[in-house]
Amino acid sequence: MYPNNYRYTKEHEWINVEGDTATVGITDHAQDQLGDVVFVELPKVGVALQAMQSFGTVESVKAVSDIYAPVSGEVTAVNEALADTPEQINEDPHGKGWLIRVKLADKKQVESLMTAEQYQEYVAAEKES
Amino acid sequence: MQSSSTAVTLQKTPLNGVHRAAGARMVDFGGWDMPVEYSGIISEHMAVRTSVGLFDVSHMGEIEIRGPRALELVEHLTPNAASKLQDGQAQYSALLYPNGTFVDDILVHRMAADHYFLCVNASNQEKDYQWIVDQNKIGAEVEFASEKYVQLAIQGPRALATLAKLTDVDLAAIRYYWFTRGEVLGVPAIIARTGYTGEDGFEIYIPPQEGERLWNAIFDAGMEFGILFCGLGARNTLRLEAAMSLYGHEIDDTTTPYEAGLGWIVKLQKGGFIGRDALVAQKEKGVPRRLAGFEMRGRGIARDGYRVFVDGSDAGRVTSGSPAPFLQKNIGLCMLPSTKGELGSSIEIEVRSRLVEAEIVATPFYSRKK
Repeated sequence: MYPNNYRYTKEHEWINVEGDTATVGITDHAQDQLGDVVFVELPKVGVALQAMQSFGTVESVKAVSDIYAPVSGEVTAVNEALADTPEQINEDPHGKGWLIRVKLADKKQVESLMTAEQYQEYVAAEKES
Repeated sequence: MQSSSTAVTLQKTPLNGVHRAAGARMVDFGGWDMPVEYSGIISEHMAVRTSVGLFDVSHMGEIEIRGPRALELVEHLTPNAASKLQDGQAQYSALLYPNGTFVDDILVHRMAADHYFLCVNASNQEKDYQWIVDQNKIGAEVEFASEKYVQLAIQGPRALATLAKLTDVDLAAIRYYWFTRGEVLGVPAIIARTGYTGEDGFEIYIPPQEGERLWNAIFDAGMEFGILFCGLGARNTLRLEAAMSLYGHEIDDTTTPYEAGLGWIVKLQKGGFIGRDALVAQKEKGVPRRLAGFEMRGRGIARDGYRVFVDGSDAGRVTSGSPAPFLQKNIGLCMLPSTKGELGSSIEIEVRSRLVEAEIVATPFYSRKK
């Protein structure tokens, strides 16, 4: 369910680092909590993101959810397909439902994020509380 | 994503366990632990528009008024003409404060000349009951009856065909906003042709201990039509497409029926009722603000509470805003000064500190073909 090579945030984003760049999306748990995603607002290519700061929103029929940057960096690509098919976030949150790619400002920031195992424990604990 | 936990004990309908077992996502809705969605709001919404959906609306309250002076009390409490009701007829109405604003919006059913059955909003039911008791100076019998009923809503073009499998009652003979008493699978029920979806359908009131059995039986009966369990999420998007008011959003204790576009439930000529003087005065002086429907033209979804700008200045608030799954538009209702927001005019909605264009349109956004 949660790829082992990804890292995860407490705000339920995932990040997949490949070299100097990383792909970011929201987790399966996040999409499940939101329900049917109908709208996505994302930054433009070239925008500089600060770690832990909101860079966009994902909206379901019922709710609006801010998305936070897991790391600092510059946006190098945006998943344009989501404008017409935002449901890809529900259908394939860790794959086709990716949101943006960033050029990492500081690779070390990734190390502080949760592993797949830690994230699943975190979600389980959150469900119980 | 944020999750929250609550310290207060939530009220539960008798079907709570059934919803959880069905995998519903549960939410705190006005102090009630209710299903917001099962398979997804969009699919549930579409099931009701195109076929049939089943809702547990047992959180709704029931108050019964009996006795020789029952009608007199109902007429005193409500702006609509309860005296025009016949046995087996229902009416959309309200409980109003002396200043003409809403205690609640309600459905009045005439069971008999000396027996009226009120269906009221879940989160208002204790307040409503206390209000009615306090106004009852004439010795009518007022009963808080919410615990006596499970209320199920079967809604959609195949609602009749679904329910017909479980009852001998001639459902087709029940006209819109009428009801009958009959049996569903041998269970005594009030069967009303009412709903909160803008679609044909029925709301049935049954003894709570039979709730689970009938819930399952109705679902089985609707299987061939693709029936879905529907939660409060779809209930909200369905009622918004039909531009029906929701207490706490379009109407509350600061809003009058005239402001909410509900002047049709006010029958000033019927004689005295609580709130009448204030409504007469408002009508004479002019209604200061009114509810208007809009469709988003720019990219963005209006949500409850967002600010509305007209000609560049802050003019009001969105009372309800959402994507409309059947219409495939982003729609909403907003309260604006009566001088602003003409049909076809352009307004702006503030979506996360950005102004997005919208257009004032006629309501309801959706009307079923009859």
